[in-house]
Amino acid sequence: MEDLILWSRAQFALTAIYHWLFVPLTLGLGIIIGIMETMYYKTKKEEWKTITKFWMRLFGVNFAIGVATGLILEFQFGTNWSNYSWFVGDIFGAPLAIEGIMAFFLEATFIAIMFFGWNKVSRGFHLASTWLTVFGASISALWILIANAWMQFPIGMTFNPDTVRNEMTDFWAVALSPIAINKFFHTVTSCWVVGSAACIGVSAWFLLKNRHIEMAKKSIKIAAPIGILGIALTIYTGDGSAYQVAQKQPMKLAAMEGLYRGQTKAPLVVVGVLKPKEEIKKDYNKPLYAEIKIPYVLSFLGYRDINAFVPGVNDILEGGYPTPNGVKPLSAKEKMESGAKAVNALGEYRKAKKDGNMQKAEMSLKTLNDNYANFGYGFIKDESELVPNVSLTFYAFRFMVIVGSFFALLFMFMAYLNFKKKPYENYKLLNWICIICVPLAYMVSQSGWIVAEMGRQPWVIQDLMPTSAAISAINTSSVITTFIIFCVLFSVLLIAELSIMFKQIKKGF
Amino acid sequence: MNVFCKVFRFYYEGFRSMTLGKTLWIIILVKLFIMFAILKVFFFPNFLSSKADSKEGKSEYIVNEMEKRTHKP
Repeated sequence: MEDLILWSRAQFALTAIYHWLFVPLTLGLGIIIGIMETMYYKTKKEEWKTITKFWMRLFGVNFAIGVATGLILEFQFGTNWSNYSWFVGDIFGAPLAIEGIMAFFLEATFIAIMFFGWNKVSRGFHLASTWLTVFGASISALWILIANAWMQFPIGMTFNPDTVRNEMTDFWAVALSPIAINKFFHTVTSCWVVGSAACIGVSAWFLLKNRHIEMAKKSIKIAAPIGILGIALTIYTGDGSAYQVAQKQPMKLAAMEGLYRGQTKAPLVVVGVLKPKEEIKKDYNKPLYAEIKIPYVLSFLGYRDINAFVPGVNDILEGGYPTPNGVKPLSAKEKMESGAKAVNALGEYRKAKKDGNMQKAEMSLKTLNDNYANFGYGFIKDESELVPNVSLTFYAFRFMVIVGSFFALLFMFMAYLNFKKKPYENYKLLNWICIICVPLAYMVSQSGWIVAEMGRQPWVIQDLMPTSAAISAINTSSVITTFIIFCVLFSVLLIAELSIMFKQIKKGF
Repeated sequence: MNVFCKVFRFYYEGFRSMTLGKTLWIIILVKLFIMFAILKVFFFPNFLSSKADSKEGKSEYIVNEMEKRTHKP
């Protein structure tokens, strides 16, 4: 079973990572193209049209190669994660269906006008179509992220023991959950950063090659402010996400910080080196070899109170730690007992109902409802399963924050050079850094997802379903086979994307 | 010319005059063929449908699976 879970998770991660190579550029470059075309609309200068059309070509290549790669994730739900698919019922399906119907058609209609409509429709209509394509792509992301947010913080549903499915009772609670709102804005604005980095990186290449200097400089003039806005909003929404994680997924926060023993006035680790697991066990109070910390900041970020107690991994397993609302959390063992009661009560309820013993069915249903909040803990065999991969989450989080902050400086410097009318083309080293920043931006974006998804392990649905319950009883060998097929397929697509992209870039504006 | 004819001509001429777009459409179609005609059909069947036909049968199967996997304190 462990191998099966591992391979199925690896396959899902591989698909999601590849899918996420295409999405950020679509969302990020989209807004840059929109602004470039707006410049063309306002100034009527042909050079803005040429610039827009160049970036639109790259947008089109990325969109075409990336489109539908996310559907493979849905195939996997039905085959590898069928228990999960059944258990979530319409909650996961509804946002995805809305995404398919609303946003996809919005995109599909207006993207045609965007590409075919030059000189055929009015400039205003073309501009509106470009913005509606960008809007449609962002709305697509919204529904997917609502579905993902529900897995991190299940809300707005009741569990139906007769169908063994969760049923949506409050659409708006699902759609407007604080996790969903933060996640959407954090994700979309971080894509603006990726788009800006790509635009600046490609422009820097032209500057180094001494080609299309003015076009490249104008592209940077648009991309740098979008990058600054993107990174500022990413930091703001990232703070909101960290606050939500502290409230709803304290184990993830503990893993992000490498915090084993909680503390009041908790500091934020800026940089640190984690000890190996065995070393940490010797002294949970000192899990890091070396670190640079900022006092009070973790307490403040997590609870908006510099004196607040931030629980560590061990506190969460042991339970009973202080919380802002004064409620003492249960220990892992208590939750596991409660979860096992819920799962058994579900079986007893169904059996009693089948036998016509309504009194027993009522009692079992009450037990199930009383313990449903811990339902997923019923599948946990050992409390160590509740601890995610701390080192991966810890380093991925630091990589995201540190390199992300570097992007803020880079974009500000580029905007400063533009403001001072300095010739970018003379800064060779800076242009090389800008080129290196393109893959770095993707890595930062991926590391954000690693924090979000690895940090919530073992949960497929927070507290309600771990991976061990969600997985289908299929052969590991079939998952390995499809894993290899995906590896090949996605690598071919990536090579195709890169080769077409590079060819288009070499052609120039 | 009515609206439908105009829309048809818009798309027809758009597709006809594509250059890079043709390559991209070939990639999209090959990709969709691999995904839906090969992967979905041969490698990603609906697992639950192979276990039960009715909704009741599927929910029964899920409960049994859950009970098998639950932790017995």
